[in-house]
Amino acid sequence: MTLVDEPPPPGPALDDIPTAPEATPAFERAAARADSRRGALLAAPAFLYLFLFFVVPFGIVVVYSFATRNRTGGTDLSGWNFDSYERLTDPIVRTILYRSVALAVITTVICLVVAYPFAYFLATRSPRVRNLMLVFVMIPFWTNFLVRNYAWRLIFENDGVLTDTTSAIGLGEIDLLFTQRAVVVGLVYGFLPFMILPLYASIERIDLSLVEASRDLYASGFQTLRKVLIPLSMPGIIAGSILVFVPSLGAYVTPAILGGGKSVLLGSYIVVQFLTARNWPLGAALSVVSMMVMLSATLVYFRSGGKNL
Amino acid sequence: MTATTARPRGVTRFALTINAVLVFVFFYAPIAILTLFSFSDDRLVGRWGGFTLGWYRDFAANDEVQDALWVSVRVAIVSTIVSVVLGTLAALALERFRFRGQRVFDAVLYLPIIIPDVTMAVMMLLFFAQGIDLVNDMFGTSFRKGVGTVTLSHIAFNISFVSVVVRARLAGMSQVLEEAALDLYASRWKTFRHITLPQIMPGIVGGALLALTLSLDDVVITQFVAGPGSTTLPVYVFSLIRKGVTPLINAVSVVMLVASIILVLLSLLADRVRTSGS
Repeated sequence: MTLVDEPPPPGPALDDIPTAPEATPAFERAAARADSRRGALLAAPAFLYLFLFFVVPFGIVVVYSFATRNRTGGTDLSGWNFDSYERLTDPIVRTILYRSVALAVITTVICLVVAYPFAYFLATRSPRVRNLMLVFVMIPFWTNFLVRNYAWRLIFENDGVLTDTTSAIGLGEIDLLFTQRAVVVGLVYGFLPFMILPLYASIERIDLSLVEASRDLYASGFQTLRKVLIPLSMPGIIAGSILVFVPSLGAYVTPAILGGGKSVLLGSYIVVQFLTARNWPLGAALSVVSMMVMLSATLVYFRSGGKNL
Repeated sequence: MTATTARPRGVTRFALTINAVLVFVFFYAPIAILTLFSFSDDRLVGRWGGFTLGWYRDFAANDEVQDALWVSVRVAIVSTIVSVVLGTLAALALERFRFRGQRVFDAVLYLPIIIPDVTMAVMMLLFFAQGIDLVNDMFGTSFRKGVGTVTLSHIAFNISFVSVVVRARLAGMSQVLEEAALDLYASRWKTFRHITLPQIMPGIVGGALLALTLSLDDVVITQFVAGPGSTTLPVYVFSLIRKGVTPLINAVSVVMLVASIILVLLSLLADRVRTSGS
């Protein structure tokens, strides 16, 4: 073997151009693994954060719900038991649960009855008017929840706007502050946009020529509503109802500002257990139960074909 | 839309119009009344006593309110920055990659949105009550509940909201440009920096504004994890409302209202850029 006979080495320029590796199954797998690693790496910071500051706290609440409150108001974590869950059947707790559910149902029904025609009206406007109206629905949706509740407090205040108005038009002084009716007004005010937006989204998607067809075939307006519109907008109705029902059930700020001490609701009762009564296990058990209700409601929503929250 | 039978007429049309008008009155009357009474010169919150700017002057002169305002702003800015970075990375991971544990991560990311305020507040309270003692015992430190715990809690719920908004943007975006850049030997980072990031910017801005609003609004969770010196403006207002109302709250409320309306308008503007850009 002589050096002279060797062919000249390939030019460096050719070396620089990367050649595509052959797409062998092994290569494909390696690429998929690399991709998977990149994805996991991107997700890692948020996942770690939520694990530490959400999943772990979630677990702690579950653990506490099986603990015992000791005489000094501390919590004994040693002997696990179901006492706190058994206490959920106490008459007091039952009354509060019943009252909270009833109030949440009333709020949801009122929102539905008001929002459905509103959403239909919105869906049949011209795009310009529609967008403008949507913006005006969005503004209260984004503004401070506490301030919006406080505004009603101002209206309901003794000798306030409401009593002045009702007595001026001869209805007598209607005093609503610190009643359950005031709480319902506050909840409807707070959560009505949650009903309007999904309802509008689903009605807007309906092909309105179906409504025309129904009317052409001599269905009355009411029949069209019942047989055509409502079935077709069911996803929106379910989504809106869950979005209103769930936060109404757990509401704390609204009852605290507009409700009196007489009508304690689930949210405030949990807060009382933690901050005043210092019965952390009972508060934790109530939280776990309400979480379960929320999660099952959300599962129903996703099962019924809802996609976005 | 052309005139069709789907567009209601007659009595139905009238009823629908009245309903729509009433809904808007219902939405805006309380806001208008609150704003009006913030200028009322009467010691009772709900009574008109002539025009004054006095309550706004009190607002500017009240140290407690000022302190609470600054705590709010600091917490909101820090939690927005952190949650925008983490939430955007999470959104990219979920929309552009397939990886092990993705479904679990997806579910965990949704939970803070679904869970009610009070429950989340309880979770954070117990966590910090336990965690702070544990850390202090182990490392001999003396952490306490305060601005730090408030910020950590706000980040926990903001990450989810930011990632939902950014994901929506990513999902509606074609991957053609990204693929073209990669085919032309741009590195992953260059592709992200010059192609992906500019395109998802409206989503990031929208997410950031949402995070900022949520952080500035939160009462329940903050109240549970706040310690001495970390009272935010909503928590301060909430305690004032329950102690007994003075017209100063009207002025503070209007300031908070104006702040959030400005944030909504900015986000709608970001949304307009988003829709006209694509």
